[in-house]
Amino acid sequence: MTFRKYLVLAGITVFSTAGDSLLARGMKDLGGVSLHHLSGLLLAILNPWVTAGILLLLTFFACYMSALSWADLTYVLPATSLSYVLVALIGHFRLHEEISPARWLGIALIAAGVGFVAAGPSITSSRQSRNSLNTAADALSQEVKL
Amino acid sequence: MKNLYAWAAIGLIILASTTGDILLSHAMKRVGDVGELWKRRGILAVVARVLTTPTFVVGLMAMGVAFYSLLFGLSWGNLSLVVPASASLTFVANAVAARIFLHEQVGRRRWIAALLVACGVVLMAV
Repeated sequence: MTFRKYLVLAGITVFSTAGDSLLARGMKDLGGVSLHHLSGLLLAILNPWVTAGILLLLTFFACYMSALSWADLTYVLPATSLSYVLVALIGHFRLHEEISPARWLGIALIAAGVGFVAAGPSITSSRQSRNSLNTAADALSQEVKL
Repeated sequence: MKNLYAWAAIGLIILASTTGDILLSHAMKRVGDVGELWKRRGILAVVARVLTTPTFVVGLMAMGVAFYSLLFGLSWGNLSLVVPASASLTFVANAVAARIFLHEQVGRRRWIAALLVACGVVLMAV
């Protein structure tokens, strides 16, 4: 695990949180969208908050896919749950929302879970060997081209 | 009755999002380390290879199904039931499925983590 890979994992947390917050902000402008008027969802894209939120969520998805290309699903998934913690902390320190003891316990449990996994190996599946095989084949085909 | 529908939607969300995550993870393992690929072939090659991986496309569809199940679940049940129930159970379901289908070694460390995160998510939502 290099520093850049940790940055990608941090990107998963930050971009999903920021994307969700911007989407929520934009949907507040629009008011409720009922299930019977789904066309309202199409118009929502015109709202700048929603557009920015979607762009950030696409960035999140790119980070997520990138992480899955070199780490186990069970390694990456706990990192996604850190966004719950980030939302709560932003609410507490920026918006001065009260965090109940139960939520503090939740934050501690999630943080402990993520720490537990992060301290272990990032990839255990046997596909790793096939990956390096792919990489070798790529290098070979590139050399042939040259 | 409404509660039953909400739980049916929760079941569908868990099934669809676990299927999606497993397929996407499988697809990306086949693509290989995208950082390496980007360095050697450029970003377009990465995008092309990801989009032409069949399991990626099917996985994306499963994620779409999960998203719409969430919308329907929210119309039948409370936000405070549907979101934490589906999110926390998805963590556990994913750990089981990753072990069976992706042959990941879900050791004691990862089991404990999956359970801690699942409990944490429930506590965050109450």
